[in-house]
Amino acid sequence: MIATESLSMRFPRVTALDRLSLDIGPGVTGLVGANGAGKSTLIKILLGLSPATEGRAAVLGLDVATSGSAIREQVGYMPEHDCLPPDVSATEFVVHMARMSGLPPTAARERTADTLRHVGLYEERYRPIGGYSTGMKQRVKLAQALVHDPKLVLLDEPTNGLDPVGRDEMLGLIRRIYTDFGISVLVTSHLLGELERTCDHVVVIDGGTLLRSSSTSDFTQSTTTLAVEVTDTDEHPDGTSVLRKRLTTAGLTLHAGVEDGLPGAGHILLVEAAGEETYDIVRDTVADLGLGLVRMEQRRHHIAEVFRPTATETATRGTGQVTEVQAR
Amino acid sequence: MSTQKAQHPQAPAATRIHNIGYRNYDGPRLGRAYERRALFSQSLRGAYGLGRSAKSKVLPMILFAVMCLPAAIMVAVAVATKSGKLPVEYTAYAIMTQPIIGLFLASQAPQSVSRDLRFKTMSLYFSRPIERSDYALAKYGAMASALFILTAAPLVVLYVGSLLAEMDFTDQTKGFAQGMVSVTVLSVLFGGIGLVLAALTPRRGFGVAAVIATLTISYAAVSLIQEIARANDSEGVIQWFGLFSPASLIDGFQTAFLGASSAFPGGAGPDVGVGVVYLLAVSGLIVGSYAVLMLRYRKVGL
Repeated sequence: MIATESLSMRFPRVTALDRLSLDIGPGVTGLVGANGAGKSTLIKILLGLSPATEGRAAVLGLDVATSGSAIREQVGYMPEHDCLPPDVSATEFVVHMARMSGLPPTAARERTADTLRHVGLYEERYRPIGGYSTGMKQRVKLAQALVHDPKLVLLDEPTNGLDPVGRDEMLGLIRRIYTDFGISVLVTSHLLGELERTCDHVVVIDGGTLLRSSSTSDFTQSTTTLAVEVTDTDEHPDGTSVLRKRLTTAGLTLHAGVEDGLPGAGHILLVEAAGEETYDIVRDTVADLGLGLVRMEQRRHHIAEVFRPTATETATRGTGQVTEVQAR
Repeated sequence: MSTQKAQHPQAPAATRIHNIGYRNYDGPRLGRAYERRALFSQSLRGAYGLGRSAKSKVLPMILFAVMCLPAAIMVAVAVATKSGKLPVEYTAYAIMTQPIIGLFLASQAPQSVSRDLRFKTMSLYFSRPIERSDYALAKYGAMASALFILTAAPLVVLYVGSLLAEMDFTDQTKGFAQGMVSVTVLSVLFGGIGLVLAALTPRRGFGVAAVIATLTISYAAVSLIQEIARANDSEGVIQWFGLFSPASLIDGFQTAFLGASSAFPGGAGPDVGVGVVYLLAVSGLIVGSYAVLMLRYRKVGL
């Protein structure tokens, strides 16, 4: 779908992309990076809108430098920012955008009705966009990117500004774009956790360079850590430390003291989950001690960890966890 | 219910709604030229409020009516009095009604381009096959065409009326043709100036103010200076001052080439020699407007 070869983009002051080589196949691919990591620059180059300083890139087998127009005919793009005029209805707007993608008038109307239905806009599609909620606007933005039935869509932060429910719906929709519609997706986000659920493949870029590119399962499998919190009882005034001792004796790996200095951090034990049996061991041990189990939850690697892949393993994990706690 | 079922025992099976799911599109994709035309027609219709809210139709339609009404009255008067001649020349009509043209341009040029900038719709256009030049060309063409419709319609009214009143066919046709050339040039010139001013700001209000100011203040200033020059018996310079406002440019251009009588003080319009300078100025402004538009859209990214 997308291939870049030592792609660089240099502006007078900053280097947005630095010899980036990527190879992205069909499916849902997440593009992760902090703000300013070069995600938007990459999208611009892929749409053939700004020439790269050096290197080459191809989308759907077409060279971005020479076939920009042909690429844009087969690619949909959903920008991060607001881009909808408030005084027209979703139907009128999407019909116009369909025609702007080269669809004849009748086809444009049919495709608009279909696409708006698929993204979940029904009666409200005849009302002016100005009165829509953020979630509905995001759906219109998605619809205009899909209306010409592209082979690939580029979605720039599609979950931005959505509440948790809207976020889940949007992620579900993105998944369906590939599974039901057969359209490949490149979706950017700065939240790795979000993409883990939707993407087949995740690409992490930072400072314009490729940090990591692997299938989503690689990310999740190696990353499970259990956060366990227990109550104190009269018998065990410091339930946490007793449990820590017991679990260590039971042969589990604990990351001690990494969350010191944060409120309530002293009461949270981080246990490396080797497999299903880890959950059983924790449960049995807690029951055995007669402690109350406040929580036992999975913690996944945070984006920050991927950004520091070469630091020593424990230190890396530590920073990652702290960041995650702060983020909550 | 039961009778219905008895009447149509097969109905449920026959009319079942299937969820057909996602359908791919295998039809034609008509390419850049078609998309440019689609944007052109959408913008042209938009200039008259078509395809927009009822509220936005009000002003352009009123202006269109106000533009045509005097022409209709003139025809009626000419027919009633059997004067055999229209009370106004075809070429003079647009110069006479230029405040209305200015108002139309000031209200519609910003809605054509500022909206796309303000609501950042540009990124959606540029993520489609069209290039920046297609966008600028379509918008420019639409604005000029909207102005042409506005300025040519009253001339058509005059022409049809004059023929119905059985005025001299050759005379009228010649005058009508000259008028058409004049309003064509006027439409392209005014459209370019209006779009450039409107495209410089995403704020619609500024665009409206800038267009009105440029058209009216420049014309008022030029007329005033020309009057002063005439009062000082330096009529030779009057024709040169005409170069400094869009409306007087058109006036000078049609005086030199289209046999119009000048609206300059004392009728001191340019002759053909100076007219060439007018022609150069008009073409320069048109080409310049397009160049500035292109430059402007080069900067507008995703």
